[in-house]
Amino acid sequence: MSDIKEARNALLKRILEGPGEAAPSDRQAAFTLNGLRGPLRPLIDKVANRAFAVTEEDIAAAKASGLSEDQVFEIVVSAAIGQANRQYEAALEALVTATGKE
Amino acid sequence: MRLRILDSGHSFGTKALFAFIQMVSRQPVLDVVKLVSYRSDFYGKPMSRVTQEAMRGPSAWSIADRELMAAFIASTNQCEFCTKAHTAVAQRAYGDGGSVSAALSDLDPAKIPEPLRATLCMLRKLTREHAVSADDMRSVLAAGASRQQIEDALAVCFSFNVIGRLADAFEFLVPGPDAFEAGAKYLLARGYR
Repeated sequence: MSDIKEARNALLKRILEGPGEAAPSDRQAAFTLNGLRGPLRPLIDKVANRAFAVTEEDIAAAKASGLSEDQVFEIVVSAAIGQANRQYEAALEALVTATGKE
Repeated sequence: MRLRILDSGHSFGTKALFAFIQMVSRQPVLDVVKLVSYRSDFYGKPMSRVTQEAMRGPSAWSIADRELMAAFIASTNQCEFCTKAHTAVAQRAYGDGGSVSAALSDLDPAKIPEPLRATLCMLRKLTREHAVSADDMRSVLAAGASRQQIEDALAVCFSFNVIGRLADAFEFLVPGPDAFEAGAKYLLARGYR
């Protein structure tokens, strides 16, 4: 799987730095769970920590805050990838500690 | 699907493709296909490249093993759509539904090889608790999985911790078993491209 690192980096670069409807700062905030605007916080916290609990009301509240559906789409995608990425990197770090090599 | 754009906001060409798929397969187009097809330059194409590499790229794990990991991660995340979808793929890939059910229900050591069982335990902890320790990794290595196998399993875990979250956040419709069987045949024949 030598290409996985390159593919993952390309994905992260695209969603965080590429063109989009949501501001890059909002995508970054959702990705890192840091600096989220008020109405987005409940939705993004759930996407990251218990996505099964997301409700219609969470999505509606994000839209009612002035976000378009495209912006909600991008921000939710950024949050999901951010959480999966934190877990992936933490596990790789544990593996390096266990094996003592890169 | 909670966002209208993901259900019906696709381009004319994509909608025509969906109609063709539906006619040929005689099954509804799965919501995961609608998601990756919507503005695919943003999410669908770069994510599919990651998932194809994780699930079908070179690895000491078989395709069946990796599909089982996907189902197991989805089950841990309580994602009904992904659990059913990848259980169907794993069962078809192994040609043995019993082993898949055993893995998903109780990780029975009598039915699951130890390296795979230890890897699944580590993936479950990572998915539930969002972290694992060096000792957890040493346990998997001691069970016979190689360092590369662990890295490969973590790539599967990355993909399905993304996809499961999106399936639940956007509320993918969970269709009947025939639709998942059709999806399983497609994923084994064509992969995630």
